[in-house]
Amino acid sequence: MGRVVITNSIRFLLLIATQVFLLKNIGYYNLSIPYLYILFILILPFGIPNGLLFLFAFLTGLTIDVFYDTLGLNAAACTVMAFVRIVFINLTVQRDGFDNEPEPSLGIMGFRWFIFYAFILTFSHHFILFTFENFKFTEIGYNLIRVILSTLFTVFLMLITEFAFFRKKVR
Amino acid sequence: MRNLWLFISKYNAFFLLIIFFTISLILLIKNNSYQRASVWNSSNQLIGRSYERVNEISSYLTLGKTNDSLAAENAKLRNQLATSFKSDSIKQITVRDTTLKQQYTYTVARVINNSVHQKNNYLTINRGTKHGIAKGMGVTSAKGIVGIVLNVNENFATIRSLLHTETKVSANVNGNIGSLVWGDGNYDPRFAYLKDIQSHLIIKKGARVVTSEFSLFPEGTNIGYVAESRAKDGDNSLDIKVKLDTDFATLQYVYVINNLLSAEQLSLEAQNKVE
Repeated sequence: MGRVVITNSIRFLLLIATQVFLLKNIGYYNLSIPYLYILFILILPFGIPNGLLFLFAFLTGLTIDVFYDTLGLNAAACTVMAFVRIVFINLTVQRDGFDNEPEPSLGIMGFRWFIFYAFILTFSHHFILFTFENFKFTEIGYNLIRVILSTLFTVFLMLITEFAFFRKKVR
Repeated sequence: MRNLWLFISKYNAFFLLIIFFTISLILLIKNNSYQRASVWNSSNQLIGRSYERVNEISSYLTLGKTNDSLAAENAKLRNQLATSFKSDSIKQITVRDTTLKQQYTYTVARVINNSVHQKNNYLTINRGTKHGIAKGMGVTSAKGIVGIVLNVNENFATIRSLLHTETKVSANVNGNIGSLVWGDGNYDPRFAYLKDIQSHLIIKKGARVVTSEFSLFPEGTNIGYVAESRAKDGDNSLDIKVKLDTDFATLQYVYVINNLLSAEQLSLEAQNKVE
């Protein structure tokens, strides 16, 4: 239990720092903008209670918002993503498997499952984020292009991170 | 009652979503209102400090470029020195000139946080009330205008960049006055649009765009040059695309402009409202 808390805290700090100090300056004009920090919410352990998951998602979003001067925007997107995560995991993972599969990371769940999971969650996050940032319907086409290109960028970075840092499960 | 409780606990994820999503939306909408809470943004002490630390390191990477631009500016200023003009007359008469009174003073500041990829971009600088910065002052770089001071605390100030949907600057092209906007359909940090120029006028590509006397910048401050000018269908104003002089992506040093006469002007204009 203690180890899980420490690992996740370190992960949180590293991902927020990377997002705020490095990735904030990266982007293909305004079309493709990476938001790698959501990886923290993606790979929180399976056993986490729903209330705690929502609280963490909200606080993570809020932390990013304070740095980005967009109070509430990332928090809203992260909350919606937490809900999508609960629904997706309920549909695809058996409950009794939680003991031997601690967290939904690439090494543990396999490439096919993870890439599908990452795409669905990232898309929901980016869709809410860019729609609420824009807040009008007149630029919906432009907005969708932004969402799709940013999703591709973010998922690409997630895969790189997962391959670099997370070991394969020893069976 | 028990059934209701069971229902809520069975679908707790959905109810939690509604609670947290509502909190986020309230924050988002409150924050977008005109009087935004100035505590929760990057002029906040803790966040300002951490940006400053990182900026100290990252500014080393652009030292070469910054040096070049400072050297170029020094050369430009040197050209204006009295010693660089040769006097032809033999007898010199000193005239004490009281017709010119200083109206603008400049404070140099370093950009410690910057963004160009958002829909509404802000900058943070390492100067605050301690250094005489106040809300509403104009900000320029060595090349052209940058934005308007939005929030100030003791050591830091946030600037609403020109790359913001609500920033409008009164601009002058060949003596015609229009308003410069950004973010209405274009999100390219290199270009802005000039509106409200009558369509019968001919604005050539390459014409200089400078601030007009109605803006809070000194009259004639550089903005950029016309990159494209064409008539819009069904509209009697031209659609002018302006290439900005300021390179927002690599901004390092900016100048905050203090208009010494602005208090006088504002108090005079306030009298009109009373009557």
